[in-house]
Amino acid sequence: MHAARDFSHYVKEVGSGLQHIDLAVEGVNCAGCMSKIERGLSAIPDVTLARVNLTNRRVALEWKQGALDPANFIDRLAELGYKAYPFETADAEAAENEQSRFLLRCLGVAAFATMNVMMLSVPVWSGNVSDMIPEQRDFFHWLSALIALPAAAYAGQPFFRSAYRALRTRNVNMDVPISIGVLLALVLSVAETVHHAEHTYFDAAIMLLTFLLVGRYLDQSMRRRTRAVAGNLAALKAETATKFVGTDEISEVPVAAIDPGDIVLLRPGERCAVDGTVVEGRSEIDQSLITGETGYVGASAGTAIYAGSLNISGTLRVRVSAASESTLLAEITRLLDNALQARSRYVRLADRASRLYAPVVHATALLTVLGWVLLGANWHDAIVTGVAVLIITCPCALGLAIPTVQTVASGAMFKAGVLLNSGDSIERLADVDHVIFDKTGTLTLPDLEVVSGTDIPKIALGLAGQLALASHHPAAAAVARAANAKSPFIGAIEESGQGVRGQIGGIEIRLGRPSFCGAERLAADCARLDPEASLVAFSFGEAQYAFSVRQALRPDARTMISGLKKRNIAVEILSGDREPAVRAAAGALGVDEWRAGVTPADKIARIEDLKRRGFKVMMVGDGLNDAPALAAAHVSMSPISSAHLSQATADLVFLGKPLAPVVAAIDFARQALHLMRQNLWLAVGYNVLAVPIAISGVVTPLIAAAAMSGSSILVMLNALRARRVAHRRSSWK
Amino acid sequence: MEVMVILVPLALALGLIGLLGFLWSLKSGQYDDLEGAAWRAIADDEPARETPTD
Repeated sequence: MHAARDFSHYVKEVGSGLQHIDLAVEGVNCAGCMSKIERGLSAIPDVTLARVNLTNRRVALEWKQGALDPANFIDRLAELGYKAYPFETADAEAAENEQSRFLLRCLGVAAFATMNVMMLSVPVWSGNVSDMIPEQRDFFHWLSALIALPAAAYAGQPFFRSAYRALRTRNVNMDVPISIGVLLALVLSVAETVHHAEHTYFDAAIMLLTFLLVGRYLDQSMRRRTRAVAGNLAALKAETATKFVGTDEISEVPVAAIDPGDIVLLRPGERCAVDGTVVEGRSEIDQSLITGETGYVGASAGTAIYAGSLNISGTLRVRVSAASESTLLAEITRLLDNALQARSRYVRLADRASRLYAPVVHATALLTVLGWVLLGANWHDAIVTGVAVLIITCPCALGLAIPTVQTVASGAMFKAGVLLNSGDSIERLADVDHVIFDKTGTLTLPDLEVVSGTDIPKIALGLAGQLALASHHPAAAAVARAANAKSPFIGAIEESGQGVRGQIGGIEIRLGRPSFCGAERLAADCARLDPEASLVAFSFGEAQYAFSVRQALRPDARTMISGLKKRNIAVEILSGDREPAVRAAAGALGVDEWRAGVTPADKIARIEDLKRRGFKVMMVGDGLNDAPALAAAHVSMSPISSAHLSQATADLVFLGKPLAPVVAAIDFARQALHLMRQNLWLAVGYNVLAVPIAISGVVTPLIAAAAMSGSSILVMLNALRARRVAHRRSSWK
Repeated sequence: MEVMVILVPLALALGLIGLLGFLWSLKSGQYDDLEGAAWRAIADDEPARETPTD
């Protein structure tokens, strides 16, 4: 039975009789694809808009209401050679987009204000040595104030808000000295303008905001890009569930459209996309994605079933439950909350730097004021000099030092197949010295694969593959892949829980359990060689063959482990699977430290223990059972195939089958941290040079502006230099 | 120096026009797809649009 695809959940009414849908599209990466898709879709009658967004790889479509079914577009794109799936913007991504627009608006305002204030400042600077009369200078100062004050009030919002939040929780972050510096510079400048003074600092204040907003925007847009990619990947998984819309009527709907209480159908070979309870049917399920256990578990009415479980043999009806209804999930959620609370205690490098920086700078400014008063200067001059110290030390370069490197490094990681979930994960990843791997789904691939088999003639293998395609069993799917089968065997009969059989030229062929194919003896031999694998037998008349099927190790797991060891990083396996399976994997990979049958709470305990002994632990895991451990570790990573909760918890997500991104990410992070430190020292060095000038009271607005832009540009150039190094590194791999 | 009466408002007005232009371009979504825009500029012929994009 083929259920209709129902995408109505994703369709939006946009008014004037039009409907709108966003599709995530795979493989769009050039102008050619763009025009091919747009032409192909525009050619469909009644389509009023088809526009590709090459940055986030999505297509926006609009059409006359009721004229078309969204499934048409997906089919049309498939004809053009692109895999597509409806996309719903996640709340987090929508918020990030809004934030990014806001930053860009602030940047625009600040940049235009800077240009105009500079236009007024340059004549004043040059007028001071030529023939500008004081009234003209005052006029220009008032004009500068008119432009700079509203612009700073608007464009400074990201900094003022963040500083206010930090101060309210009795913390100091980089935005506190920035906000104080900008506000003092503006207040002082207004006061100086009122008193017809020679110098004002409107230009320096607004320029500082412009430079810092550039850094913020770059940082933000990199994060937005990885989030968009992650969103697309999630959409392209095209998770659907077969929902009962009547007593016997089913419809295939996207998971987003399923509500608690709905009944869904789970056929053999399907992965369950929802959490729920079995109400009818009997089967075996593979819960390795949830618990790490590779053995099958029996399921019948009343059994709890989690998203990510693979149904093996029978058909099940599942009643969808609300998120925290089941005991396992409740337990995981509780552990996760505790672990996440503990993690928020990590202090970013930038905040650590500003904790040192802010008191030192503010004390210096205060001492300057007092010093000048003691030396006999009047209070007005002393305060002006003190504020000049604050302006010149205002952490322009310091504010850019880290975001610029982060942007470049996350771009390089992105190319290496690693997506960043959190901004500070780069610096945390850089000091990792102990890596804990989960086995199932992390070191191994989530799907079953044929790992060995008896010698089998090519023709027989082809037949086995065709028979396998006629079955829904996951082990059969592995055989079909191994045989590279293209079309199912015609007239194959599936015997539930046994296997598939068919007739070719009067000869009976069978694929399935060893007993079903009369291959018990052969199976016993294979089982001795590899006790952990499941066996699939194939009989062709009298001839019998056997395949060992299991979750194979990722292709480069061994290389990756030795790569980590070469970098002096300890490696350990903590798995929820049974001992023999873990022992075999650890042996094959050359990992000496491993534990089997570990519960989520045990994993956290082990991580806490290592933390207490001073190790910086990275957890790499995919299962639902790993989620709390991922949160508890210093830094964490998940494959893209992992459970939703784990993926959301992990700091980094890597794409594809190989594990190479794990090592690459560590290399990039170490490189980036090195450059961040270098940039911080550059900024400090600049201050060491500039502060004495400021203290001595000879700083003019011209010097302040030149020093500020000089140091900012230096730091940005240093970050760009990092990109070239990063490129060379990635090409070595 | 009477020329300043014209020049200063003119300069400020130009700046304001520039800023408004930028805000308009931001609002009309011109920064939503920077990569695509780069390619569209050199694309041979754009498929015809019946309605403007939002």
